[in-house]
Amino acid sequence: MSTADWPLFEVFIRSRHGLSHKHVGSVHAVDATSALENARELYTRRNEGTSIWVVPSNAISASAPEQKDALFSSPVEKIYRHPSFYKLPAEVDKM
Amino acid sequence: MYAQMVDTGVKSLKHRSEMSADEQAFMARIDNESKIEPQDWMPDAYRKTLVRQISQHAHSEIIGMQPEGNWLTRAPTIKRKLQLAAKIQDECGHGQYLYSAAETLGVGRDQLLDQLHTGKAKYSSIFNYPTLNWADMGAVGWLVDGAAIVNQVVLQRTSYGPYSRAMIRICKEESFHQRQGYEILLTMMQKGTLAQKDMVQDAINRFWWPSLMMFGPNDDASTNSAQSLAWKIKRKSNDELRQMFIDQTVPQLEVLGCTAPDPDLQWNPETGHYDFGEIDWSEFFNVIKGNGPCNKQRLEKKVKAHENGTWVRDAAQAYATKQQAGAATKKEAS
Repeated sequence: MSTADWPLFEVFIRSRHGLSHKHVGSVHAVDATSALENARELYTRRNEGTSIWVVPSNAISASAPEQKDALFSSPVEKIYRHPSFYKLPAEVDKM
Repeated sequence: MYAQMVDTGVKSLKHRSEMSADEQAFMARIDNESKIEPQDWMPDAYRKTLVRQISQHAHSEIIGMQPEGNWLTRAPTIKRKLQLAAKIQDECGHGQYLYSAAETLGVGRDQLLDQLHTGKAKYSSIFNYPTLNWADMGAVGWLVDGAAIVNQVVLQRTSYGPYSRAMIRICKEESFHQRQGYEILLTMMQKGTLAQKDMVQDAINRFWWPSLMMFGPNDDASTNSAQSLAWKIKRKSNDELRQMFIDQTVPQLEVLGCTAPDPDLQWNPETGHYDFGEIDWSEFFNVIKGNGPCNKQRLEKKVKAHENGTWVRDAAQAYATKQQAGAATKKEAS
């Protein structure tokens, strides 16, 4: 079996205690155990993480680019969902 | 620059009115500084150019381990050895980030490695020069990584998302490379013997011009460069990047107390830049064509390393297959 058939895993790293795991890249590996080992070598050479997740890339369901408008255009208009929308006097503007 | 003379397959730039509706929408996104992502529509030529450029960049990182690997067992102190090993490991990592970015364009890693091993794909001309003395480790870190950083800092804004993200990661890591290289030279110049100081100047003499060639040929009459700039794959032209590199490097050269092997190098108060001499492009094209001092040796070593690793890949695969079969049997039994 050639390495061309080795599955791809997406790599997520938790940078500091309390923050979510964040996508950092991907690795090829024969299985999840070796994917974790490869990810450790590749993505944590400088204390980047305290925890690693690897997920088979084909297990991820993603939104399609052509749905971009339908999914994401509506909140753009809803600026009242942001604190900066509400103008307050300077004395209380730290709120 | 780690990618030189990337062919875009384009003879002349298309006018907007000659473009399909898809292409026009694509160019509007590029103009808007939106990043193009793997699932987005893109012109075939854009995709092919990216594969060429990103894989060439990746191959350069991988082959780039060899000139430094040459001095790993002969580093003067354990500290220098650890630093050099860390830098070489980074180069390998950078190659992996870039192969991953190329793979998002639908090309397999095996395919890319195959193109490198058969000589079909190129890597930067700079790695076909030998590293002859310890000062070369300093000169490579300072000049070669320095030139790469100038290019890569700008490439962080490249239009293709995965390439841009790989560049951001690489730039974060690479500044240490240049500083450790410069520190090697500075230590030799400040504390070294006369012979060691001569070694530094000799290393600079040999790496100066090849480092300037890393940015690729002059801008005039390069359709490839113009197309890559229009697509915002490249953000600055070869000559602009080369000038940036020279302007930032000459003051560092002066702090070392060394000179460049270029009698025409001098500050031009009118332009606010350094003037410099003509590059020997016949040497550049000769190295690109495969006739540099080390082309053959670099490729042979890479192919051999890949072949010698076959049993490791086979063993990993056999173990994983066995584990999976074991897990399947257990499931059936329960």
